[in-house]
Amino acid sequence: MKYIQKIGLGIFLVGLAFFISLIFLGKYELTPSNFDQFVANKGIKSDIFINEVKANVLGKEFDGPFVFSSEIVNTLNSVNNIHKQNSEWDKVIWSKPHSFAYELAKDSGKGIVKDNKGLFWWLTFGLGIIGALLFIIPNVITLGPKGIKNNGIFLSSATNRGWIGWLVFIFLVGFYLLLYFRPDYIINWTYIVDPISESLSGNLASQWFLYGFLYCTVMTVMAVRMYIKYRHNKYQVLRTTSVLFFQIVFAFLIPEILVRFEKPWYDFKNAFPLDYDFFFSWNLNELIASGGFGLFILIWGIVLTLVIVPVMVYFFGKRWYCSWVCGCGGLAETLGDPYRQLSNKSIKSWKLERWLVHGVLVFALIMTGFTLYAYFSGNQSVLGIQTQTIQDIYGFLIGAIFAGVIGTGFYPIFGNRVWCRFGCPLAAYLGIVQRFKSRFRITTNGGQCISCGNCSTYCEQGIDVRAYAQKGENIVRASCVGCGICSAVCPRGVLKLENGPETGRINPTDILLGNDVDLMKLINKK
Amino acid sequence: MEHIVILGNGISGVTLARHIRKLSDKKITIISAETEFFFSRTALMYVYMGHMKFEHTQPYENNFWSKNRIELKKGYVSKVDSKNKSLIFSDGEVFPYDKLILAVGSKPNKFGWPGQDLDGVMGMYHKQDLEKLEEYAPNNKVCKRAVIVGGGLIGIELAEMLHSRHIPVTFLVREASFWNGVLPKGESTMINNEILSNGIDLRLSTNLKEIKADENGKVQSVILEETGEEIFCDVVGLTAGVSPNIDFLKDSEISAEPGRSIELGRGIKVNRNLETNIKDVYAIGDCAEQNEAIDQRRPIEAVWYTGRMMGETLAQTICGNRTEYKPGHWFNSAKFFDIEYQTYGWVWSQTKENEARFYWEYKGGKKCIHINYDKNTREFIGINTFGIRMRHEFFDKALTEKRNIEYVLEHLADANFDPEFYKLHEKEIVEKFNSENNTTIQLKKKSWSRIFNLQA
Repeated sequence: MKYIQKIGLGIFLVGLAFFISLIFLGKYELTPSNFDQFVANKGIKSDIFINEVKANVLGKEFDGPFVFSSEIVNTLNSVNNIHKQNSEWDKVIWSKPHSFAYELAKDSGKGIVKDNKGLFWWLTFGLGIIGALLFIIPNVITLGPKGIKNNGIFLSSATNRGWIGWLVFIFLVGFYLLLYFRPDYIINWTYIVDPISESLSGNLASQWFLYGFLYCTVMTVMAVRMYIKYRHNKYQVLRTTSVLFFQIVFAFLIPEILVRFEKPWYDFKNAFPLDYDFFFSWNLNELIASGGFGLFILIWGIVLTLVIVPVMVYFFGKRWYCSWVCGCGGLAETLGDPYRQLSNKSIKSWKLERWLVHGVLVFALIMTGFTLYAYFSGNQSVLGIQTQTIQDIYGFLIGAIFAGVIGTGFYPIFGNRVWCRFGCPLAAYLGIVQRFKSRFRITTNGGQCISCGNCSTYCEQGIDVRAYAQKGENIVRASCVGCGICSAVCPRGVLKLENGPETGRINPTDILLGNDVDLMKLINKK
Repeated sequence: MEHIVILGNGISGVTLARHIRKLSDKKITIISAETEFFFSRTALMYVYMGHMKFEHTQPYENNFWSKNRIELKKGYVSKVDSKNKSLIFSDGEVFPYDKLILAVGSKPNKFGWPGQDLDGVMGMYHKQDLEKLEEYAPNNKVCKRAVIVGGGLIGIELAEMLHSRHIPVTFLVREASFWNGVLPKGESTMINNEILSNGIDLRLSTNLKEIKADENGKVQSVILEETGEEIFCDVVGLTAGVSPNIDFLKDSEISAEPGRSIELGRGIKVNRNLETNIKDVYAIGDCAEQNEAIDQRRPIEAVWYTGRMMGETLAQTICGNRTEYKPGHWFNSAKFFDIEYQTYGWVWSQTKENEARFYWEYKGGKKCIHINYDKNTREFIGINTFGIRMRHEFFDKALTEKRNIEYVLEHLADANFDPEFYKLHEKEIVEKFNSENNTTIQLKKKSWSRIFNLQA
């Protein structure tokens, strides 16, 4: 079995090596016809830019994406500078340079990867999936009889911030930086998923399609790991199935199919303010322009946030969203599960969490307020601040850096819920409802706690569960996403996630059950 | 300001200190030779198994103590001078107290086996034992086999620990079945099977004769009493129970007048107020021995939560509200490899004369419940539950209200504490009882209002 796992790991690493090497492969040549079409589509009015590209890029073959990209980006920047100096504002090309270069490069690539998309899919995704499954599936036997098997987690460099953890960290951060800021470098990755994208939406794959497909693939493979690890625990099995379903069907398939029917791309489960650009003018315009269906999405989005989300949190706690439905939660609970023990449990980090997560919520609300004001009033700035600027700052800081680079990239260092705990504005909103108006709690079972600390150690949200359990108190915390792992790892059967009456949900006590009743009454009455 | 000195930083001493601080402004010092900060002893196993790091076993952050003005002092107290109200440390330091609380815990039993002090022989109790185990049994190359002597809770935990690092384990149990002094036959057999199914070499009805050394004075093998068989091994774990850690008191009372030293039995003798025979000296936790056993409990109870409760109680006395230690209904829990165990009330290993029993086991041998009730009055006496979690509050209340077996079975759904979506067995359990006893008990649906009344 160990042997099979080693082979699997080897195959996975070969697939990963192919995947990384794809960045450096391929040639790029922009043809005149492609360029003309591009200029027409984009409505580019800068004749300097067109001439520069014609002189320096057209018909030339570039080796690898970096030189091609730097040529385009440099040209774009210098041309824009000229136009700006001359105040020729209509000629300035406002696109983000690397996204702009991405679009040109996507048309211009040629060579082995573009010609053999299927083969390279198998060499990367295929080998990765097969290798990972060969590594994971023997766990049915190697983990031993079903039950909690956390043996060696803090002895392994992969799960205890050792060198493997740091390598994974570098890879993940690098991946997110490329995805968000250098899409023109990862054209080859998008080529290999083109056939899948075309079969779904009819379009070639963008970097976001690549991301969506990779996301679903990683979640599926790591869900297999969850199913094996927690096969004794039906709550975990159902929960994993649920997040997987919502990711694949709601976040991936339905939006792509909507595009095929020329409807707006929309993820029906992604609620504002996590879906922070829902009220951006381009989105509102697109929805309104798509007629009845767009209007339905608009109403659904508002009802989801204002009615469905809080009502469901009242009945079931925020877990119904965060660890049963949400895509970010879904990745955290599958890919991130091996890292849950790395979350910081200190009181300091709890303080930081409250400031940050509520700060992001306030930021999102103010941004949306400005945006809606601008939308309805027609003014582009509020109190002297451009709404576009606020949106850009939010998109960069929160949308890309916090949610992506830090949120997922830092899994192997800070645990798997960094984004959900410190950054997600929706989680902050759900948390407020959960803390003050909900039937959900984690019940502590009388006086059975022995303060061992497994619950706190494995809480991905950094809640010091033991601090409550050892006092006989129920755990009612805004940040709890109800993953149920504290209950699963408890060796004494102390914790149970429950939805019950609100009275008695929060039960601070000084003395635990097991003492003589008189003493309990005496002390707890005070 | 009165100076309260607590000797021992385990659960009882620390609970006491916390509660004194809640109630008063007294000066508090906790002394320990083992560790700087309080940790959960029961969690040591998870550190070796890699589930946690040692710091995860510490329930309070390091600045908790100074924040709550609880002074911590590391050092080994070698003598108590109760006449002059002071402690004498091994380095000669004299440390005065106004009130002294002995919360010194236990030490592993050794029964004079030849070789019991060799290198590689250890208990599994102190943090230092964990460090020794890490040294002598880091993996299955250094430790090719380990032998565990003594079939109790610590023994089976040590077996699980070593097993987690793939070290072959031979487990010597004196009794004919695992922990059968506490567990009835059904449960004990189930745990035997659980031990065996994890690949542990379980030897029942087997005693240790001696431990043999190699040329370096390290463990080489053990010899069995019954067969004379020699088992080669690198580590021997002695887990034949614990007893109060009171040796330092035996020759301690340097200036005490005859008859005025702290009275010792197997532990430190205390009355129901946890007071020793010496004024201003108290004992709590594992080391305290009740002059007369409380209810059906043993005079010495080395249990996590009783230590905690004694701390909670004594804090009242120390802060001016003299309070008797009155533990409520017995309960406990443990985990045997993958099988969780909880018990509420009493289910003796042997059925007493007035008792009737009901036993149900689920197919597969990983779940069972065993209920004890009075065969005449039908009053519920206790329940063992294996592989099914149950609500402490439910049974505590049933015992206080002296409910009968019918009531308990009818409301079994209220008692269930398993995670959501788990398979429920209540119906099956009640049906089995009905068919065995010709009764017509109807299982009631789970009721939140009843469950919540439990807590009222």
